Amino acid sequence: MEKEQAFLCAQRRLTPWRVACLGCRCYNPSGMHKLSIVIVILVLLAACCPAAEETGAADVSVQNVGSDTIVNLALAWAEAYQPQHPEVRIAVTGGGSGTGIAGLINGTVDIANASRGMKPEEREAAQANGIVPVEHVIARDAIAIVVHPSNPVDHLTLQQLSDIFSGYISNWSEVEGEDRPIVLLSRESNSGTHVYFLEQVVRLGHQDATTLFSPDTLLMPSSEGISAEVRQNPNVIGYDGLGYVTPDQKTIAVAPGPGWPFVLPTIETVNSGAYPISRDLYMYTAGEPEGVIADYLTWIVSPEGQALVRELGFVPLEVGFH
Amino acid sequence: MHWGNTGSGRRQARLAIIEYVVERLIQATGILVILFLALIFIFLVREGGATFLEVPLGDMLRTRWYPNEAYFGLVPLVLGSLLVTLGAAIVSLPLGLLSSVFIAEVAPRWMREVLKPFIEVLAGIPSVVLGFVGMLIVSPLIRERLGAPTGLTALAGSVMLGYMALPTIISVAEDALDAVPKSYRDAALALGATRWQTIWRVTVPAARSGIFTAMMLGMGRAIGETMAVMMVTGNAARVPLTLDSFLRPVRTMTATIAAEMGEVAQGSIHYHVLFAIGLVLFLVTFIINLVAAWSIFRQGKRYGRLLS
Repeated sequence: MEKEQAFLCAQRRLTPWRVACLGCRCYNPSGMHKLSIVIVILVLLAACCPAAEETGAADVSVQNVGSDTIVNLALAWAEAYQPQHPEVRIAVTGGGSGTGIAGLINGTVDIANASRGMKPEEREAAQANGIVPVEHVIARDAIAIVVHPSNPVDHLTLQQLSDIFSGYISNWSEVEGEDRPIVLLSRESNSGTHVYFLEQVVRLGHQDATTLFSPDTLLMPSSEGISAEVRQNPNVIGYDGLGYVTPDQKTIAVAPGPGWPFVLPTIETVNSGAYPISRDLYMYTAGEPEGVIADYLTWIVSPEGQALVRELGFVPLEVGFH
Repeated sequence: MHWGNTGSGRRQARLAIIEYVVERLIQATGILVILFLALIFIFLVREGGATFLEVPLGDMLRTRWYPNEAYFGLVPLVLGSLLVTLGAAIVSLPLGLLSSVFIAEVAPRWMREVLKPFIEVLAGIPSVVLGFVGMLIVSPLIRERLGAPTGLTALAGSVMLGYMALPTIISVAEDALDAVPKSYRDAALALGATRWQTIWRVTVPAARSGIFTAMMLGMGRAIGETMAVMMVTGNAARVPLTLDSFLRPVRTMTATIAAEMGEVAQGSIHYHVLFAIGLVLFLVTFIINLVAAWSIFRQGKRYGRLLS
């Protein structure tokens, strides 16, 4: 174990820059073949180790991995928390809710960010590894429905959204819009936002429904992909976390059903429960948090931590203001 | 004199040892390459092979790809890759052939010296950069000019892939044309053929297996490309069999693997299916490269015969 760690340290010190320097030092015309071997070996070594990170003076390192929806928020928290606690280093990585939870199950992640609850099979897998995942609600999120600013449509019911995203409605004129084809934008099927949208909107929350996204739905690998397409294409309708909606996209007011009021997603409407497409965001720890992690999670739900939630366009927990 | 002789003798002995060591090292690297290839294949079979036990073949031949709910129809993905690659071939093969003929046969010497290195630099542009160009320039053009509902289409993917395959096609085809013996051209011209006739009836046919190799290598690059395709094709797993499919989004095999591998639970059926897709891709590129290598081999034999 100790040996392994020493080896890892040695690897970390091999930054690409140092590899290049070593290569140059070895260079002499008659030793070309030696040089090439050295370079090959060094490149292989460099490829093995992740981007070199100087751990500096940090005593405790916390791996915080998961949901791409939460990643900016988690980064903001880490950046605000670390200057107050120089002994703690919080490494934040995205990759999706599934990635974070998988890491928690494997024991490589200390805090897993998830924009959905853990699935029963994931809990089982964790328990099989001797890990009891503990859930912490850390913020709320609303999914905003976005269209091009020039689109005259400004309100839809959940039923209409379900019909649109499952392909039954394929022209804007069917929902009081212009005569244009509807282009559907979604996040990739492995994102927590995608799963949540499928369950809550496409299937309208029915557990046994088997409705799927239309096969014509464009699956975008990132939020940026969605916002780029929404900005330039008047045919599209997309969805994304409220935190990712920029002012150049138009959000749609949503009603849970006919006869209900149409509500735009805002911090107030989400916290009051009036906006129908909102959810809790989670952090998972292996067992009840202790020490640094417990302190960090307490700070996150404190008014100071929740202020950042508001800044990033998510919805702060009301508990933070009581 | 005597002294110097032993010195050079010793040096020769040392050179012989170095020679031996270097030779063995090169041999070892060669063997390693084959070994790696074999290992990759074994790895793919080991991880992907289980698919064929877990998912009935009939399910894989369906048209719905939605792995979250165990819809593992590979048809839209395979057809998507083939459509985009076909489009890339339509874009890049004529352009590549004409450019290589121009560079090898028509362009004056100085222009050739400039063009060749520039085309080789094109090959080095990272695909993610080309993906951005496709997303921000090509796809809006396709939507506005061609009336597609969205610009993120198979056509956008084909254009980007064609562009990426071009440098490979041009430089390999140009080398093949360059290797046609000068006596062929001299003979054709001496018989009264025009320059045009010489190029199309003598030089290009003489280099045809090399040109074919170039095209195969270019297509091999196109079918395996991931990043740019994922950014511009829209990744909708629809079956692209209608006439307007080039103006509709598609999902390729490569983009599917890249987008889904990151989050899939290890050892799950979905994981195995992704490896099976990798296996299909591997076999397709392997066949393409094999055909290319075979045609190089044939060309080599032709020249061997000519020179003897």
